[in-house]
Amino acid sequence: MIENKIIYNLYKKILRIRLIETAIAENYSKQKMRCPVHLSIGQESVAVSICSNLKKSDVVVTAHRSHAHYLAKGGSLNKMISELHGKVTGSAKGRGGSMHLIDKNSNINAAVPIVGSTLPIGVGIAWANKLKKNQRIVVIFFGDGATEEGTFLESIDFASLFNLKILFVCENNNYSVYSSLKKRQSKFRSISKLANSVGIKSTQLKNHDTINLFQSAKKIIKKIIKSSRPHLIEVNTFRYLEHCGPNNDDYLNYRDKNEITSWLKKDQILSLENLLSRKKILNENKKKKIIRSINSDIKKAFKFAETSSYPNKKDLMRYIYND
Amino acid sequence: MIKKITYADAIKDALQTSIKNDKKVVLLGLGVDDPKGIFGTTKNLYNNFPNNVFDMPTAENGFTGFALGLAISGFRPVIVHQRVEFSLLSIEQIFNQIAKWNYMSAGSSPAPIVIRLIIGKGWGQGPQHSQSLETIYSHIPGLKVVCPSSPQDARDLMISSIKDNNPVIFFEHRWCHSIKGKVNKKIKSSKIGKGKILRKGKHISLISFSYSIIECIFAAKILKKYGILCEVLDLRSLRPIDKKAIIKTANKTKKILIVDNGMKTFGVSAEILSIIYENLKNIYVERIGVLDTPLPSSVALAKYCYPEHEEIIKKVCKILKITKKINIKKNKNPDQPNSDFIGPF
Ligand SMILES: Cc1ncc(C[n+]2csc(CCOP(=O)(O)OP(=O)(O)O)c2C)c(N)n1
Ligand SMILES: [Mg+2]
Repeated sequence: MIENKIIYNLYKKILRIRLIETAIAENYSKQKMRCPVHLSIGQESVAVSICSNLKKSDVVVTAHRSHAHYLAKGGSLNKMISELHGKVTGSAKGRGGSMHLIDKNSNINAAVPIVGSTLPIGVGIAWANKLKKNQRIVVIFFGDGATEEGTFLESIDFASLFNLKILFVCENNNYSVYSSLKKRQSKFRSISKLANSVGIKSTQLKNHDTINLFQSAKKIIKKIIKSSRPHLIEVNTFRYLEHCGPNNDDYLNYRDKNEITSWLKKDQILSLENLLSRKKILNENKKKKIIRSINSDIKKAFKFAETSSYPNKKDLMRYIYND
Repeated sequence: MIKKITYADAIKDALQTSIKNDKKVVLLGLGVDDPKGIFGTTKNLYNNFPNNVFDMPTAENGFTGFALGLAISGFRPVIVHQRVEFSLLSIEQIFNQIAKWNYMSAGSSPAPIVIRLIIGKGWGQGPQHSQSLETIYSHIPGLKVVCPSSPQDARDLMISSIKDNNPVIFFEHRWCHSIKGKVNKKIKSSKIGKGKILRKGKHISLISFSYSIIECIFAAKILKKYGILCEVLDLRSLRPIDKKAIIKTANKTKKILIVDNGMKTFGVSAEILSIIYENLKNIYVERIGVLDTPLPSSVALAKYCYPEHEEIIKKVCKILKITKKINIKKNKNPDQPNSDFIGPF
């Protein structure tokens, strides 16, 4: 059984990410955030369910769609919004933009927008953990598209060979930009079974149900630590907005209407709200209060970003080398 | 037959014409058949030629090898990457295999492949989505490299690149895609390796390529109002590079400003400078280019990284020792070629 308090906290974290991402989408047209954004709306529960099982010292690496992972692992909101605004107070001091979020304080060690390139880097971090003999685990988040890169096979192979403490999390949202999975991967192929074939145990989840995911991840992470073996979770999920940018692009008809409606029915905020209301833990008033509090943080973060300065021209050539 | 169309449409026209003329031409790449059609350049082609247009898995290294297999089996593949950077995953196939295949088979097995690489400056694309890497591709014997700046050249060079029996790296700058120009569709192709004088002048020569040509022309137009006549040479190809055209304009004006579309250090501009030095005496040369740094996302920094008309004008004035004040309109949004360009990709 899962405690109500845990469900309540998971709900609040998911809602927080949803509201932050929505605020980015809504403010994007002001043209103050001048960089590409790959929003996580719809997929938040994966990041939250996994990261809620991690210690601060555990490491997360991710790809282009990184906002939810960054926030769920405790990345600074102010720094993230500032980075999107290209300000010096941003997580990469304006050098990276949305595609290169990093927060060493929370051990979000990399967001890499070249598809598949995160995977070996995460493996290297886990290898370092092993050499340093610590118990940290590394979570590598990646999409279904990334499993088509050679780096995917090379990474799971080495992780298995070297007995590394890695949780591979494949967020399978069935699309790479506009291309559906069936156009890119044979129907005889299974991401989970690819992992099995190099000796990595896997867990396949048909949807992003928060509680199920949270409980599975809890067990899996314990096992990774105990057995010093990597594990792969493949979870089916759904992105609500366009691949890159603030809008809905379903007018382009690249996704089936039934597919969209069936996923919207599984919306995790709605599901958890229903559950928590039934349990009499949440009511309209309480919900309003939570939203108000989150929105106030968001407002502050945007204000912080907007009033921060841009990086200075004199620092143009800084950070190229470390000396 | 002469119509005003965009650079993107001109490329599409060339691809369509090439497939119509030769069913062995196949387009492959991530998103070639999607609703956006690679910034419009392949839009609807899949509907018209379903057997010639193939969406690809995210497996750049692999499918570049697949293309080589197709090419040495009689097909003419045209690969496209929405960003230059994605091709870096396939450098092994390109440099070791594709570039050398004809050589290693002593000419018996040519590799006619076109690899379209799109340079993605602007709108905060940042360190891994906005590089100009013409230089590294131009370094490799066996590859040809083209970088058209106008719709007509884009069309003609695409047709020639596909017809060419050798691998051709085809650079498209994202900021060129929306440029409109007259395109004569009667023209069948354009010779790879030939530069073109876009403006005649006598005081100084601007030598450049790709999008930077647009900035050169802009600068030249402003300078003309002050009686300064710039000759503008659009190289159009980097490998082979048009030595004759470079030498000719250098000999004419004796003063050269090279505007590199990429980074200066070890760059195309260094090659041009060497050509001038090795062939002529007493020519004054300066060069500008993209700053030697990873490209930042923040527009506040990115705006200092690219050679734009303002910098070109200042450099020309310095070289020609012109002291009168030139009125330069500042680009209000240096991360956008026009106000319609709002990213996000
Ligand atoms: C090597 C490489 N190829 C192509 C791209 C362009 N690209 C950016 S995100 C993306 C989609 C990847 O799909 P997936 O891994 O499933 O992630 P999702 O966007 O669905 O979260 C693609 C193809 C890239 N960034 N890097
Ligand atoms: Mg996906």
